[in-house]
Amino acid sequence: MPRILYCHCAYAQVVPPDTKEEVLRQLCDSGVAFDAVADLCEMAARKDPALKRYAEGDVKIAACYPRAVKWIFGGVGCKLNNETTEVLNMRTEQAEYIMDTLLTDDISPNLPDDNDARKPTEEELPTAN
Amino acid sequence: MSITEESTLRVLLYEGTGSTELESEDRFNTMSRLLESGYTVTRATGNGKVASHDRGSMLVLGQFADGQPPADQVEQPEASVRFQDISELDQDAIIETVEKTRDETGAAEHGAWKPWFPVIDYDRCTNCMQCLSFCLFNVYGVDDDNQIQAQHHDNCKTNCPACSRVCPEAAIMFPKYKTGPINGDKVTAEDMSGEKMKVDISALLGGDVYSALRNRSVQAQERFSKERDEKKALNERQKCMKKLAESATDIPKEVLMSLPSPDEIAKKADEAKARAEAALARQRELEG
Ligand code: SF4
Ligand code: SF4
Repeated sequence: MPRILYCHCAYAQVVPPDTKEEVLRQLCDSGVAFDAVADLCEMAARKDPALKRYAEGDVKIAACYPRAVKWIFGGVGCKLNNETTEVLNMRTEQAEYIMDTLLTDDISPNLPDDNDARKPTEEELPTAN
Repeated sequence: MSITEESTLRVLLYEGTGSTELESEDRFNTMSRLLESGYTVTRATGNGKVASHDRGSMLVLGQFADGQPPADQVEQPEASVRFQDISELDQDAIIETVEKTRDETGAAEHGAWKPWFPVIDYDRCTNCMQCLSFCLFNVYGVDDDNQIQAQHHDNCKTNCPACSRVCPEAAIMFPKYKTGPINGDKVTAEDMSGEKMKVDISALLGGDVYSALRNRSVQAQERFSKERDEKKALNERQKCMKKLAESATDIPKEVLMSLPSPDEIAKKADEAKARAEAALARQRELEG
């Protein structure tokens, strides 16, 4: 089973409190071992070496947008593995969906890759009218 | 001490062999309170993996059968590990114990600063250095390979996403920002073409913000030399910042008003620009 990392986003109100409370409550009741951090952003600002260990191997991360989480780790030299990391977005997803996904054995890696980031072509840009 | 030099305390809630599990409500409340206080907390059970531990202090909490968990159950890293039996402790006493351990181990106190800083999406960034030359607070720098980096995170002005709007590639995120794509949501074609991302702050004051401020500063200086009227200088700055605020409504007023004086802005802008130009010159050298 992949490791589970839960981010409490303690220093902002951007993650709906009901969602993070429900995810944490259900994780606590699940009987499964997991790591919880108060705020991944704060750890990145500290360049906390623990981020390297959280980034290792198969891991499911309950936090916010995958693109943000990818570069919160990557920006301080703790690259997440594109093939073995799945990020669950507590800003947009319901607690039930997040818990169902966290507690399954399989992993669906979803970090954006370079191709997702390419600039839109002229044709793709919306027209002025 | 800089925040990057401080060590942190990891708390491990041990519920494996040789301990009694906590009541559901107690476990949740303990975890919540520790997380709200800024700690990283690991729940260890016999089921599932957690991240390893190799440095920094760790405090192991549990309802241990013999006051301590069986030695073979807890990995003993080189770091200092303490154990605390919490069988007889209520919530407040648990938090107090953790705080005391944090204090004794010299670990960081959390919560004094809201972690607000730019996160660069290197899949998008072209290393153009516009952010470096724009930021007046030395948040940006370059690494040994001359790549742009957010370096002094805690210099960043809380709740201000201004630099994300000068980035031509929409590569700068503030994960705690309210809306996308600055919060890390996908960048759409519309974002790249629409007004939303294209608020070019440097154009707001009729061209280059720095030269505009510099001109104002020169005019202001001329006036200062005549009248030395500090109030007028403040008005001038307020007028200038008001214009900026009207055009970029998400830049908090406190941030605008805490910006340095026009003279200081001009000086800092020159320094930042010089750093960006030096970095670009080095980059050309490396490529050429
Ligand atoms: S990673 Fe996302 S969820 Fe976690 S602290 Fe940062 S903004 Fe909040
Ligand atoms: S302005 Fe944007 S593209 Fe240019 S160096 Fe900064 S983050 Fe990269």
